[in-house]
Amino acid sequence: MPKPKIGIYWCSSCGGCEEAVVDLADDLLGVVEAVDIVFWPVAMDFKKHDVAAMPDKSVMATLLNGAIRTSEQEEMARMLREKSRYLIAYGACACSGGIPALANQFPREQVMRYIYEETPTMANEGRVRPRAASQDNGHALTLPAFHNVVRSLDQVVEVDYYIPGCPPTPKITKAAIGALLEGKLPPKGSVLAPDIALCDQCARKASKPADLSFQEFRRPHLTALDPKKCFLAQGVVCMGPATRGGCEAACLHGNMPCTGCFGPTSRVRDQGAKMLSSLCANVEARDESTARGVLDGIPDPVGTFYRYGLAKSLLRRKVDLPAPEEAAAP
Amino acid sequence: MHDPNWQPRIVAFFCNWCTYTAADLAGVSRIKYAPNIRVIRLMCSGRVDPQFILTALAQGADGVLIGGCHIGDCHYSEGNLKTLRRFELLRRMLRDMGIEEQRVRLEWISASEGDKVRSVVDDMVGQLRALGPLGMPRRFEEWDRELNVLEAEVNGAQAPAGAKPEAVHA
Repeated sequence: MPKPKIGIYWCSSCGGCEEAVVDLADDLLGVVEAVDIVFWPVAMDFKKHDVAAMPDKSVMATLLNGAIRTSEQEEMARMLREKSRYLIAYGACACSGGIPALANQFPREQVMRYIYEETPTMANEGRVRPRAASQDNGHALTLPAFHNVVRSLDQVVEVDYYIPGCPPTPKITKAAIGALLEGKLPPKGSVLAPDIALCDQCARKASKPADLSFQEFRRPHLTALDPKKCFLAQGVVCMGPATRGGCEAACLHGNMPCTGCFGPTSRVRDQGAKMLSSLCANVEARDESTARGVLDGIPDPVGTFYRYGLAKSLLRRKVDLPAPEEAAAP
Repeated sequence: MHDPNWQPRIVAFFCNWCTYTAADLAGVSRIKYAPNIRVIRLMCSGRVDPQFILTALAQGADGVLIGGCHIGDCHYSEGNLKTLRRFELLRRMLRDMGIEEQRVRLEWISASEGDKVRSVVDDMVGQLRALGPLGMPRRFEEWDRELNVLEAEVNGAQAPAGAKPEAVHA
């Protein structure tokens, strides 16, 4: 019997998810034994036309990491959807937009201007910007279009399963691949990680007070952090209560608070709103101005509560940003 | 400009013990106020999960009004304090997300203040009229227009060079 085929692809991402696959270490050999990797541009020499030539649904599963920002990523996502029986959003960016989706707070023009003109390390005196179409020596050149909105994978194509994390841990990756190979899959649309809050897996859980009461919020880089005590009890924002477990509190082992990369549990629709709700309710202040003073300790609520999930939040994007121009539509 | 026949739609979360009773009092007192609010009665303003507010806005509300007991009068002693604290940060977060401050409003209205229901609702409707519709469902559609462009672009690439739209990046 031929081995099942697996594809791995990246879109708007940092490469950490590719690293996470390599982090399977010795187990990767077992995976390679059980499957044929038919597409993995980071590690192996396959081209787009190789994928285009595959029959529809001939790939058992594609793990796609990264958010969708360009027309090329969109095109590849659509193609891999056609070719794959299971399309799996791998990592926070594909699941919910991830870090790249924080750009949904800014107009495309501002992103372009900053990257190509204002970045301190940029030497671009001619203020050259990439163009979707240009001419060079009589050759017509094209580049993918840079969309206005950063999207999660499921905002572009149908997704079968989600493997969260920034990046997903080897353990949940291995478990997911195992479930795929054995055909022991939960209902379509499931997140392949435990459906419990991170606090449940945290070694500091015992030191989390039943009644939290914040007199101030302290920022981790300005605070001497107790390596044993619950971060919330130390007045440090930790996304643990509003975040799905599965990482086994890896950051907390490194004495850093959770920043929410595994996304919410199945009971929560909007991770940021839920965390905001929980934190604020436990502020000690009893009047408006005192509350405001304490909450000023959270200078960037969008970046804090939606660090990995702005694309999939209820509002998705800063609402007054320009929509794609009519001119770009047919 | 928006449609001149447009009417603001406000989702109002009123607590059972004070503001809902005040709205009831406004009704039996035959106090007239703008018919733009859709009231949802909750046991306490502290029950208003910020997700409710965002959901209302995302699904087409132009504004959200939260009404609770005055500070110190909460039937559950501290429920409205939780709302007050949440509202402080939510307001700032909504501003960062580009939503005008007037669209989400918190008011303390006791059971005897039927007339305050009128003045708050009328005032908010006036402010929203000046702002115009929030129209999130329409915005979502507009944002996703670029997803439908792909196929047209592929077809357009085969058209004569002069017919192609200018570069869309800069």
